[in-house]
Amino acid sequence: MARAVTKQRKTINTIAAWAVGLLIFFPILWTILTSFKTEAQAISDPPVFLFFDWTLENYGVVQERSDYMRFLWNSVIIAGGSTLLGIIVAVPAAWSMAFVPSKRTKDILLWMLSTKMLPAVGVLYPIYLIFISLGLLDTRIGLVVVMMLINLPIIVWMLYTYFREIPGEILEAARMDGASLKNEILYVLTPMAVPGIASTILLNFILAWNEAFWTLNLTAAKAAPLTAFIASYSSPEGLFYAKLSAASTMAIAPILILGWFSQKQLVRGLTFGAVK
Amino acid sequence: MATQHSRSAAQFMMMPAVVLLLGWMLVPLVMTLYFSFKKYLPLRGGDLGWVGFENYARFLSSSTFWPSVQSTLIIVGGVLVITIVFGVLLALLLDQPMWGQGVVRILVIAPFFVMPTVSALVWKNMFMDPVNGLLAHLWKFFGAQPVEWLSNYSLFSIILIVSWQWLPFATLILLTAIQSLDSEQLEAAEMDGAPPLSRFGYIILPHLSRAITIVLLIQTIFLLSIFAEIFVTTQGSFGTRTLTYLIYQRVLESQNVGLGSAGGVYAIILANIVAIFLMRIVGKNLDA
Amino acid sequence: MAHTKKLATYSLSLLAGVSMAFGASAETLTIATVNNGDMIRMQGLTDDFTSKNPGIELEWVTLEENVLRQRVTQDIATKGGQFDVMTIGMYETPIWAAQGWLVPLDDLGDDYDADDILPAMRSGLSHDGTLYAAPFYGESSMVMYRTDLMEKAGLEMPEAPTWDFIAEAARAMTDKENEIYGICLRGKAGWGENMAFITTVANSFGARWFDENWKPQLDTPEWKEAITFYYDLMQEAGPPGASTNGFNENLALFQQGKCGMWIDATVAASFVTNPNDSTVADKVGFALAPDTGKGKRANWLWAWALAIPAGTDAEEAAKKFVAWATSKDYLELVASKEGWANVPPGSRTSLYENPEYQKVPFAKMTLESINAADPGSPTVGEVPYVGIQYVAIPEWAGIGTAAGQEFSAMLAGQQSPDEALEKAQALVTDEMEAAGYN
Repeated sequence: MARAVTKQRKTINTIAAWAVGLLIFFPILWTILTSFKTEAQAISDPPVFLFFDWTLENYGVVQERSDYMRFLWNSVIIAGGSTLLGIIVAVPAAWSMAFVPSKRTKDILLWMLSTKMLPAVGVLYPIYLIFISLGLLDTRIGLVVVMMLINLPIIVWMLYTYFREIPGEILEAARMDGASLKNEILYVLTPMAVPGIASTILLNFILAWNEAFWTLNLTAAKAAPLTAFIASYSSPEGLFYAKLSAASTMAIAPILILGWFSQKQLVRGLTFGAVK
Repeated sequence: MATQHSRSAAQFMMMPAVVLLLGWMLVPLVMTLYFSFKKYLPLRGGDLGWVGFENYARFLSSSTFWPSVQSTLIIVGGVLVITIVFGVLLALLLDQPMWGQGVVRILVIAPFFVMPTVSALVWKNMFMDPVNGLLAHLWKFFGAQPVEWLSNYSLFSIILIVSWQWLPFATLILLTAIQSLDSEQLEAAEMDGAPPLSRFGYIILPHLSRAITIVLLIQTIFLLSIFAEIFVTTQGSFGTRTLTYLIYQRVLESQNVGLGSAGGVYAIILANIVAIFLMRIVGKNLDA
Repeated sequence: MAHTKKLATYSLSLLAGVSMAFGASAETLTIATVNNGDMIRMQGLTDDFTSKNPGIELEWVTLEENVLRQRVTQDIATKGGQFDVMTIGMYETPIWAAQGWLVPLDDLGDDYDADDILPAMRSGLSHDGTLYAAPFYGESSMVMYRTDLMEKAGLEMPEAPTWDFIAEAARAMTDKENEIYGICLRGKAGWGENMAFITTVANSFGARWFDENWKPQLDTPEWKEAITFYYDLMQEAGPPGASTNGFNENLALFQQGKCGMWIDATVAASFVTNPNDSTVADKVGFALAPDTGKGKRANWLWAWALAIPAGTDAEEAAKKFVAWATSKDYLELVASKEGWANVPPGSRTSLYENPEYQKVPFAKMTLESINAADPGSPTVGEVPYVGIQYVAIPEWAGIGTAAGQEFSAMLAGQQSPDEALEKAQALVTDEMEAAGYN
């Protein structure tokens, strides 16, 4: 990929890319900055960018009002649990679709994706009734299952496209050597598939973390994740920009940090078979 | 290469995923269908009997139905166009040699990690507010009258907010695709004196077509059901009432479950029309 | 076989252990509430309750108003049982009570003194004479105005202004160059937002939502006059972006000194006069909501109240909590910690008889506004419904919000008052037909 370019062109590229990057990132940056202001500074006219009295007051107020750690922990369990469960169900399915394709494979795959198009609001009432009768309301397990089902099509598809890039000959060779199906998966396929699985896990963790309809509607106190935490800071009485910013920062920070640390991993698998 | 043995094993392995999704699709669908033929008003005692297709007729003939389909398509279409056009441009830019490429990439993908609720709240209050928003200050700084984003440019504002969230996703997929492009081919074209525009048109764009369809498909799936962005910002006012939001109003605000369920069935039909349309394009590409 | 048996025994004892753990632990009340200032304060004072009631633990679900309404309505309509105490309004209470979804609150203890609850609040929160939700705070609406700007404009606010005076004053106070807007009014769509306000304006102009036969009345001249008045006033003297301003947005504007007048909930008085949050705290005056001389003033009546859903497994504990939060002692507790001005207002007669509270600048006007509101007879003409700024039928939330969106679009300049009224009339007719009226 190393193309020779002049230093001048590289400088222009750098400036342009950084400008665009900062522009896109700016709303997040502004939220983080605002979270350290007082409410009065948050709406000062003209706005202050960096030169204000930095304060942690808002974080204190937010923590005092709501038990952040509990919301965070619920988010982790729900996003993590649903992703894990999804992977367990999806790996065999994707494996068989990729290596033992039949005429219907593509249809099944597309059908799976189409289930994601069910409008959530339209089925809220039925799902709510089912949850009541199963006693799943406001439980983490209920949400883990729902999040898993919502993201399962994406998980299957990502894994499928990733598995397909693994050359079949290797499997043939392993089979010649007398490896059983189990061993084939365990010792041949898995190591090759790990990067794909890793990025699938990451993407779905993010999607489950950010899902705000089911997580808000099917929980109350015990299983409420960060999406519910945020719902108590949107438009309260009086000035609220700084507190809202603090709450927002707390809600997105964990996933932002995770995303940044693992972005290489995420990017590598986020191709959905787009790269040939 | 598939033997009989591996074929049945494969089917067995597919079972859990298929059964789960079938259940997840059928159970709510059947219940929604059931409710859609009923007069079901929870605040008036619940089930008030069968009404045939009355809910369907009413939902379709309501003055809000077609505008809601229109806003849904405008929002989905607008976001798709913006994310794909800017996604391609951004991917081309990020592919160029530069200093600090890793950091720039981190900055660009960050919005993807932000919850829709948070991003809608931040945009609505801290940017688009006509008095205290940053954009209002910017306009005033240049001596212009601040824009009332969410009321006068409501659809555009929603498209902007949603595009901001999805641009990173499009960019990443497109960037990966560009990076897989055979650079020798490009260099050869450059040597031959092909101008940048035709290099883009004849080599890069065809190479990206597959990635673009993928972006199209995945984003459409997510965009058809956007809800939080509208709920937080305009609550469906100013022409931003999408089909999803209209159903929400019927089921939860009016507490008319029958009518809302009929709307849900229409939404499923609309989604499937879009899906079939998309699958036609994507299906071909998936084979390749 | 033995293996399985062992396993079964283990899991059984495990299950038993789990349920024991749940049973033995303190009773937990899940309380759904709004993220308004008074409720957040209550959350901070929980220790007072738990120390007096060992064995009861409180779990708070604090949500933004719209989300809260959606959650509690969904939950009660499906008997989901997720909450033991719900914060609901004067609109929901009689409707839910009629469905048998709420626990009657006629026995909240001997020292509760239910007769002390302001009569207007008590009747609004009762169904067939029984109280079903205890008022946490109550409000009417009134005019809040900037005394300094009024003086500068050379006008004097009467105690009971007319709409004509308000319009004149608003135009005189407006100074768009300096971002001073004569009047801030609700414009954000929603039955609890702009429609609450617009309905009171309509009432004072002699309009009504339905006639005696439930026929929608938005095509009448009274509505046209009221809506045109509201529209013109906001065009000339309102802030930019008024179509997205609700209570909170206007509060922020007023606190920043950008509004000359603001007609809204009486509870706002304590926020705009609080020097910590408000830059105009010492320059605020109060007046009754305006009228047009037709006999009805534009003030509403509302209460945020605590109700207990029928079927909760912690009814006794929930009653203890409701009694605590709406008691006289709670008012004293808040007063001792935050001062009398920050006490949740509008719920009890004794509060307004308290000499300490009478010193609070907005106390008298709040009480007078509440007393001026009569949900039983909200309009000049006869109506088949109760409720001042709402119509107490299940369809109202849908109707109000749909119509509110039309008026909001009108304020944003996307349609004329006539078009908005026409569309609203059509929408309301649709909804009423769908619900089976006529």
